[in-house]
Amino acid sequence: MMNTALIVGLISGAILSGTSLLYATLGEIFGERSGIVNLGLEGIMLIGAASGFAATALTGSPYLGIIAAAFAGTAANLIFAYVVISRNANQLAAGLSLMFFGIGLSTLIGQPFVGSLITGLPRLALPDFEAASIGARILSYDLLVYLAVPVAIAAWWLLFRTRWGLQLRTVGESPAAAFAAGAQPWRLQYQALAIAGALGGIAGAHMSIALTLTWADGMTAGRGFIAIALVIFAKWNPLWAIAGALLFGAAEGLQLQLQAAGADVSPFIMNMTPYLLTLAVLILWGWRRQFAAPAALGRNFAGVE
Amino acid sequence: MRHDGATLIACASVRARAFVLVTAAALAVFALLLIAAGKNPVRAYADTLVYVFGNTYGFTELVVRMIPLMLTAVAAALPARIGLINVGAEGQLYMGACLATAGALAFSDQPAFILLPLLTVCGFVGGGAWALIAAALRALRLVNETISTLLLNYIAPLIVSYFIFGPWRSPETASYPQSPLFADAARLPTFFHSRVHFGLVYALAALVLYWFVLARTWIGLDMRAIGGNPEAARRLGIPIGRFILVVMFVAGGVAGLAGMAEVTAIQGRLVSEISPGYGFIGFLVSWLAGTSAGGIVIMSFLFALISSVGDVLQITQGLPYAVVNILMAVILFVVLGRRTVGSGPR
Amino acid sequence: MPCPRLSFAGSMSMAGETPLLAARGIVKRFGPVLANDVAQFDLHGGEVLALLGENGAGKSTLAKILYGYYAPDAGEIFVDGKPAAIVSPRDARALGIGMVFQNFTLVPALSVFDNVALFQKNLPTVVPRTKILDRMRHYADRFHLAIDPWMPARQLAVGDQQKVEILKQLVAGARVLILDEPTKVLAPQESDGLFRTIAELRAEGLGIVLITHKLREVLACADRIMVMRQGRVAGLLDRGEAKEEDLLTLMFGETPTRPASLLEANRHDRGQVVLELTGVSTAGNDGSMPLHNAGLTLRSGEVVGIAGVSGNGQRELCDLILGLHHPQKGTKFLWGEDASRWPIAKLREAGIAAIPEDPFASACVAGLTVRQNLALGTGERYRRGFAVDWSRLDADMSKSFARLSFPRPNFDIHAATLSGGNLQRVVLARELASLPRMIVALYPTRGLDARSTLMVRSLLRDMRDRGAAVLLVSEDLDELFEVSDRILVMFRGAITATFRPEDFRAETIGPFMVGAVEQADAA
Repeated sequence: MMNTALIVGLISGAILSGTSLLYATLGEIFGERSGIVNLGLEGIMLIGAASGFAATALTGSPYLGIIAAAFAGTAANLIFAYVVISRNANQLAAGLSLMFFGIGLSTLIGQPFVGSLITGLPRLALPDFEAASIGARILSYDLLVYLAVPVAIAAWWLLFRTRWGLQLRTVGESPAAAFAAGAQPWRLQYQALAIAGALGGIAGAHMSIALTLTWADGMTAGRGFIAIALVIFAKWNPLWAIAGALLFGAAEGLQLQLQAAGADVSPFIMNMTPYLLTLAVLILWGWRRQFAAPAALGRNFAGVE
Repeated sequence: MRHDGATLIACASVRARAFVLVTAAALAVFALLLIAAGKNPVRAYADTLVYVFGNTYGFTELVVRMIPLMLTAVAAALPARIGLINVGAEGQLYMGACLATAGALAFSDQPAFILLPLLTVCGFVGGGAWALIAAALRALRLVNETISTLLLNYIAPLIVSYFIFGPWRSPETASYPQSPLFADAARLPTFFHSRVHFGLVYALAALVLYWFVLARTWIGLDMRAIGGNPEAARRLGIPIGRFILVVMFVAGGVAGLAGMAEVTAIQGRLVSEISPGYGFIGFLVSWLAGTSAGGIVIMSFLFALISSVGDVLQITQGLPYAVVNILMAVILFVVLGRRTVGSGPR
Repeated sequence: MPCPRLSFAGSMSMAGETPLLAARGIVKRFGPVLANDVAQFDLHGGEVLALLGENGAGKSTLAKILYGYYAPDAGEIFVDGKPAAIVSPRDARALGIGMVFQNFTLVPALSVFDNVALFQKNLPTVVPRTKILDRMRHYADRFHLAIDPWMPARQLAVGDQQKVEILKQLVAGARVLILDEPTKVLAPQESDGLFRTIAELRAEGLGIVLITHKLREVLACADRIMVMRQGRVAGLLDRGEAKEEDLLTLMFGETPTRPASLLEANRHDRGQVVLELTGVSTAGNDGSMPLHNAGLTLRSGEVVGIAGVSGNGQRELCDLILGLHHPQKGTKFLWGEDASRWPIAKLREAGIAAIPEDPFASACVAGLTVRQNLALGTGERYRRGFAVDWSRLDADMSKSFARLSFPRPNFDIHAATLSGGNLQRVVLARELASLPRMIVALYPTRGLDARSTLMVRSLLRDMRDRGAAVLLVSEDLDELFEVSDRILVMFRGAITATFRPEDFRAETIGPFMVGAVEQADAA
């Protein structure tokens, strides 16, 4: 019985922590597919977590909180978008600036709500299961969890089956070629970063509104950077991101379970797992895999003659 | 291109004026945010000026903040010259602090004139070895150094936490996880009856050496060749792999010195929060300074000044220190937005 | 189908018809240089019009104007007899004009299908996969352009990339196809395939502009030949009336003369063995051609030429000799020592110089000054402690420029401001300053103007006469004949034949270059 509980806990932990990772990763995939690497994802998530929590505390509705988080994430990411797309700024420097912006702004937004309690995103049980059964425990989650995989599939469809996606991927490979084919690189990049901001905001909000139900400064604790690593792990493909997010979520879940089970493993060693795992995967794949990155990633498009 | 002195000065004054405008704009934006949060920005700014320039304490505190910024900025600037992006100074700083602590605890019975050089080496090696992981992965063409240094940043503080929660946990202050206080011999000397410490010498020496090597030696020339055209550099027989390893080791070492100085001079023990993101800010300082040594000093001063605003907000307005990150980010956004005029979309 | 089903009319019968594409009074200048002054250009459906001329004659410029890539300073373009405002390639494509550039414009990471789809005008919001695939298959079957649609473009061979370029123009509804030096990158067999495709397209009624400087191609497949020289039309001939000598005269204005000292230069005593490769094989990576059991001997005081269609391992051979990679099997001997694993710096120290094809890419740093570039790769020679002995470097390099009778450039300017030819001189001055004992020259005259080309060739001969061993890789048989004492042919990563000066004839060496004759009789 203990074992079953452990496994159930592990799976549901993987799904719960994987969900916010998946949203963040999907957002970053959109941005990177358009040729823009955003190191500020951590900041976006924090802004989403803080503003989502604040909106929930003020309105009492977690759904409004999610919407607020999506808007806040988009707004913050559009600042970044303006600086890197329209002003041709260095993407890494702008991304780190965005991270600091997010750390600061989320602290400011969240400060009045430190210690507040909210009713989190309700869990939606599937009707076929009895409340106490294991099935119900594995399969009763909040709306964002249920939406995560459909959103990933939709992202894949957008990227690989529509004109917009084709043009976006081309922008990420060669803005000049996209321009020659009649696309407008800048507009596509803005659109991609707006989507990335919304998804990043939702990812942060899922942590504060559905998981911890409290606000704490810097509560995302580097998950934004894990998501950036996950993008590589997923080879810039939303479908692979599902598997990656589950795996990384499981690593986090395992650590919580082991701690709960009283295993004698230092939590700090366990906390390293996602980072070590990412590093290990990158080493195993080797350098060449990284050339699967969008070719224009990190570069600025100065226009064509 | 050649400039005569007058044009140089004219250019500099134009740039200075532009920079003052940028800063003013950023201060205005931040003021609006503070007003929105129900605070008084005018008082905050005035308090900061009084705090920093009104007495020696505030000013020396500012210099104390500049030290790790200058060191971590060099840690980012040096690899940048061979085309490497080291965003890992934060982790390197932590590992420098960690190894220095190991040294301080293990050799606490040694006299200062032996212990301090030893701890300096420990700090340097700690940070350098941490950077060497990323360098080796890069030199073996396995993992891009931007990603690996970024990931290593998150591992290093966890290693520090492991030690201060575990083997090094001080028995006297059991409620708060930190290492025991270092022996007096392990404390880096300070100057002028303030907290300004010997790390300032490290920082200035690092900057001068950085400038000298790049501008005056064949090593610098080879580095610039690698940074400018790695393919040509390789074909001309410049050992790129060796340069990657050595440059990253030295850069990490310099960041490690920042960590070593923080624990031996400021804290006197290893704690979990050594750095409020010095490594990341150092990267931005180096970037804003265009990796020039003089620019790094100026930009470090500016960012230290901004963090003084954070202190003041915390003390007088009851806002968390982290809020000042907004001001820093806004300045960066405005500068980033101004940088490349004329190359935006048509 | 957008492809018009015209009659199978031969090229001669359409003189009276409205041309598919026409231009009048086109003038284009680049700064002070007159690039184009073309009074009349007509292209009919169902004909192949060759634009013939040497490099810089203005063929590509004219084509790019017709395709909307450049805006002409004056002149008008007509499509189907109606004036057409073509200010961008997109306008041209909308009017059914397609162009295949020398450097392909495929997006490497995208699949063939994506590349084709991206190119379609008015692509619907959701990409209509079946429809596009059907049309791709339709054209592929008819014109011998079959390619796996899901293959990423970067994995395609050059010939296949060209097929995709043509395919995407056809699917987009091109009626006029401009091909810019299409055979430059192709192996001979692939060229045959291309000409078959061109013939089929012509039979379908498309108008085809073939830009080339190869007489043989023109005489093989063009209906009409427009010869260009210095931006102007030097002559317009029907194929029936065109003769090789006439075309040459039109192209060059006069019959080109050859250097006088051709024959006596080839006779030389050979010295000691400098380089010896025995059974060298390498692992191919990233689409490069691996070396296969390559063997060669190079002596001091001789020039060994390497002939071959580019992409048959020449670059890999040079990189191996220069130490950029190591042999997987076999041994590289230098001056009798096993040098297979010597680092690059040691090889340079030993007196090996490299003359690259593109100095900007592989021998210079654009952001450094000329002086700093001259110091790169000189090893310990100009080091004094940690510093560089700039005054000694200046003196030596000035001497080197003088010895090569190049004008000494300003050492303080940035390399980026120099032209390709001048930068190549900087590289030569540096590489030859310390009188190397062996020189590896890989396509050293590619992209150079005629004067610089002659200069490089005579320099290689001079260095040989001073006792250096020279390995010259070139695609230009005339260059090889002029400079070499021996010519080796490379095919598919192996050295398949050796020729002495008495056999220096294109018809002797050519078959080996395309693999038509096997290794057996190479001995």
